[in-house]
Amino acid sequence: MAVLVVGEHDGTALKAASLSAIAAAGKIGGGVAVLVAGSGCEKVAQSAAKVAGVDRVLHADDAIYAHPLAENIAKLVVSVASEFSHLFAGADSFGKNVMPRIAALLDVAQVSDIVAIEGPKQFVRPIYAGNALQTVEATDRKIVVTVRGTAFEPAGGEGGTAKIETVASAGDAGLSSYSGAALSRSERPELTSARVVVSGGRGMQSGENFQLLEKLADKLGGAVGASRAAVDAGYVPNDYQVGQTGKIVAPDLYLAVGISGAIQHLAGMKDSKVIVAINKDEEAPIFQVADYGIVGDLFQLVPELTQALDESA
Amino acid sequence: MKVLVAVKRVIDANVKVRVKADNSGVELTNVKMAMNPFCEIAVEEALRLREAGKANEVVAVSLGGAASQETIRTALAMGADRGIHVQTDIELQPLGVAKLLKAVIEKEQPGLVILGKQAIDDDSNQTGQMLAGLLGWPQATFASKVKTEGQGAEVTREVDGGLETIRIKLPAVVTTDLRLNEPRYASLPNIMKAKKKPIEALTPGALGVDPSPRLKILKVVEPPKRQAGIKVKTVQELVDKLRNEAKVI
Repeated sequence: MAVLVVGEHDGTALKAASLSAIAAAGKIGGGVAVLVAGSGCEKVAQSAAKVAGVDRVLHADDAIYAHPLAENIAKLVVSVASEFSHLFAGADSFGKNVMPRIAALLDVAQVSDIVAIEGPKQFVRPIYAGNALQTVEATDRKIVVTVRGTAFEPAGGEGGTAKIETVASAGDAGLSSYSGAALSRSERPELTSARVVVSGGRGMQSGENFQLLEKLADKLGGAVGASRAAVDAGYVPNDYQVGQTGKIVAPDLYLAVGISGAIQHLAGMKDSKVIVAINKDEEAPIFQVADYGIVGDLFQLVPELTQALDESA
Repeated sequence: MKVLVAVKRVIDANVKVRVKADNSGVELTNVKMAMNPFCEIAVEEALRLREAGKANEVVAVSLGGAASQETIRTALAMGADRGIHVQTDIELQPLGVAKLLKAVIEKEQPGLVILGKQAIDDDSNQTGQMLAGLLGWPQATFASKVKTEGQGAEVTREVDGGLETIRIKLPAVVTTDLRLNEPRYASLPNIMKAKKKPIEALTPGALGVDPSPRLKILKVVEPPKRQAGIKVKTVQELVDKLRNEAKVI
């Protein structure tokens, strides 16, 4: 009963979502293999071999894997799936895109976004924007799962001595091609793994005003996020969105600034350790989940907070 | 080109769901239902393709009990040309839905299939990808821009790092993300007109598909509740609490 984790990487190392999936896979028992597919990605395979809990690394190198197109990755995974009882991946935009296609090709169900493992076939997952938790039992011969990163501490990057095996490319499905990307560049930590997240909502009133949050985030070594309202209004790009259909975060400290707290937003951040809300409306639902709330004008309070951290640092 | 859109009936996004006392699921009796918001975006995109002369027919498909017809009517009121209802009262899960849709698609032969990326009830985010896999078609998930040109399409996708653009061959499956468009409201005259539009009734049996569930739902519970904390008066007090009480800065 070995688990194959379909790895996602940046050309150098596995992403945090894959490390969380490896940690979750370890709870099944029976060993963990990681698939590293890419173009010239030996470095990733070598670093994956060192990850705690990994026994085997399957390394597929081909120019067609330079960008992880779902059609090609699914074909590759199916070609190596026979010896595994479980297939895991992180529940991020890579895993969500690729894994259901693999499940369908194998004619098995998928269990999305698990937050706990109760047995080799039993998993807990949030439904209705996290307003209910469902325990399901898979009945198929193979079990395909995506793992919510915030629910499993990522496996450590050192200590493992897995052997690296080369697997053959499964060839180009010839259905799709990559044409480009517009990725947000930032020196700040990644939203989903940051220790501190400062998020803004409609109350920010403009994209320029997010600079106030950036200054505060930089002071705290944090990332900047946003509610759907702020993204829809065009204040910040889509990859800032925290919530049911955006990113799920669970930092030590989450500051919600000018965010009313719709259930769809709460779904993405309510597992944060400490939540702070800054809002001018004292009735805003965000205060019902905040550990510390402060009612007032964010344009006055946020700079004041940034300065207070300066003075007391 | 014919565009096929799949639409799902779910609890209205503004309703606070309640877990049933026997932990078998969530309460659906006397709860306001609506079309899944991502499906509305899918219908809107199909209509815009037709209005731009890229498509000549929009077919809305829904699966489930008799009430699913209301959701098809909503799509018809928005402007879809006709509906298909695959009637079944068994519990439908994404793989079963994908199999039923595949059978409908083989009958209808659309050039493009558009689905919502996720239904806001089970939050699975699977059906479009599964459908594409079963059909052996390309998939463009989480779309924020769709441009069809001849035998292909260029789709911009919302990914974790920002936006990614891919080219796909047609026919293909596209799933919608939030920023693809803003769905229109159905006008009263169009709601009236929709009542006369045809809805074809099918069954899993007639399609030769076994959509039996593969996941057993053992229980549904409420998540642990987060307690509301305290309100502080000043920024200084907040900094003090974060540093000395919560110890997070």
